Amino acid sequence: MAKFEISRRRFLTAASLGASGIMLSGCDAFDSQLSIGSGLRSFLENANGLTYRAQRLLAGRDALAPEFTEADIRQPQRPNGVTSPDDDDYKALLANNFADWRLEVSGLVEKPLSLSREQLMNMPSRTQITRHDCVEGWSCIAKWTGTPLSLLLDQAVVKPQARYVMFHCLDTIDRSLSGDVKYYGTIDLIDARHPQTILAYGLNGKPLPVENGAPLRVRVERQLGYKMPKYLYKIELVDGFADVGGGRGGYWEDNGYDWYGGI
Amino acid sequence: MESVARSQSATGPGSPASTARPLIYRQSRWTRLTHWLWAISLFFMLLSGLQIFNARPQLYIGKQSGFGYNNTIFEIGAENTSAGTRGYTEIFGHRFDTTGALGWSGPAGNETARGFPSWATIPSYYDLGTARVIHFFFAWILTTTLIVWFVASLVNGHIRRDLAPRLDDLKRLPQDIIDHAKLKFHHTREYNTLQKMAYGGVLFVLLPLMIITGLAMSPSMNSVLPFLNDLLGGRQTARTIHFTVMLLLVGFFIIHILMILAAGPINELRSIITGWYRTDPPAHDDKTPERSA
Repeated sequence: MAKFEISRRRFLTAASLGASGIMLSGCDAFDSQLSIGSGLRSFLENANGLTYRAQRLLAGRDALAPEFTEADIRQPQRPNGVTSPDDDDYKALLANNFADWRLEVSGLVEKPLSLSREQLMNMPSRTQITRHDCVEGWSCIAKWTGTPLSLLLDQAVVKPQARYVMFHCLDTIDRSLSGDVKYYGTIDLIDARHPQTILAYGLNGKPLPVENGAPLRVRVERQLGYKMPKYLYKIELVDGFADVGGGRGGYWEDNGYDWYGGI
Repeated sequence: MESVARSQSATGPGSPASTARPLIYRQSRWTRLTHWLWAISLFFMLLSGLQIFNARPQLYIGKQSGFGYNNTIFEIGAENTSAGTRGYTEIFGHRFDTTGALGWSGPAGNETARGFPSWATIPSYYDLGTARVIHFFFAWILTTTLIVWFVASLVNGHIRRDLAPRLDDLKRLPQDIIDHAKLKFHHTREYNTLQKMAYGGVLFVLLPLMIITGLAMSPSMNSVLPFLNDLLGGRQTARTIHFTVMLLLVGFFIIHILMILAAGPINELRSIITGWYRTDPPAHDDKTPERSA
């Protein structure tokens, strides 16, 4: 019995020492090696390239994101990021209900386009009830109506050297020393031509509200929300994005998010 | 090998050294290597995962997150009260004050609103993007390690010999529970019933469930395996399961460490580093000497 007493005391001492060791470890030890551009960070980021290739291999070009039913629409689409652009040019467009707004398709295309909202809405449309997944972790199901991006790409005739679609937006997301930063982002041509990738002007049966990106936003249903820019005004076909922004392919990417947002 | 020869010669029945504790080769190189890869991966995945959770410190049940309705079952937050800002944790509608740990924490006078505290996240400051980079890097390591372990352990017989449950295990379970409660450990080649349950549970249930629920949260994987979320009860339920499995793994880790400390940390560590394990003297009669930590 005495032996048991001693062993229990030793056990409890050791256990509490172990536990306090874990508590004290702290996690700022890694902070300095994790900033964008550092060697360790860049090495770890290779995993995103691996995820991208693996998911492209598994999903292929046309595997569809799950679609839902009207009964699954239980709430308004939650707005996120910029929900009311303070930009003068945007506010001027909004003031006359986007009558002067045009969507430009330019860059590496044979026939650059400039389309009014009416022209876009007269093209064949696709309506889909899909789940929006935010990188933060939440999800929201809504019905989106818009023009398949592939139709615009076909109309503009993409040049063979084009590799990405770049979205230019009207909303200022950040103010830096070199001026205002408007939201921008890129996707590859596989997602750009995916059947569910649409330029949405309708949400839950109504015109797209300002907070959700009026007059036009992108839906890329196999990726997270930050890959779906709002307040769109220009689509540019590019062969790379090294010289755009911070060179990582998008506003959030330049601030540390992975370029591929399929996970 | 020398030590094996020594121990074998010393354990012959009736020999004067029969009370010696033989050193045996217990853990194969595959078991040892994968063990440490998991240890490292799980460490980084836990701390980066808590950081990711902090971006949305709420858990929901269903396909989506309720904003226009309530399907939140767990929440960490901060609120202003007459006693200043307090951190709270709410589980199934029951609210607990967790100031200093969950919801509101940091150096005295410099507290901030954050789900899990700074010391429990990588990076220590709020950085969702970096946490995701770390989390997915180690997700690849963890998953690859699990597959390598599974194949190697099928081939070398580790699963069949050491982990597969037998009828005997069931019979031994009550005594096993009593022994563990008394911190009375038997050092043998074989795992005891509770060990088999714990290791088997982690390797065949918790880790696969972690990977599956992780994949279920990926919008791209949803196009490959659309049935996954239907099976799990929706993406937000999958996220909640992912979090719950994390708690179970943390629980396993704590018990695992306590058991190692109690059963003899040097011997246990040696076996998972070198493979060699010192066992109890072989029993020659019913009077097996009792051995506690």
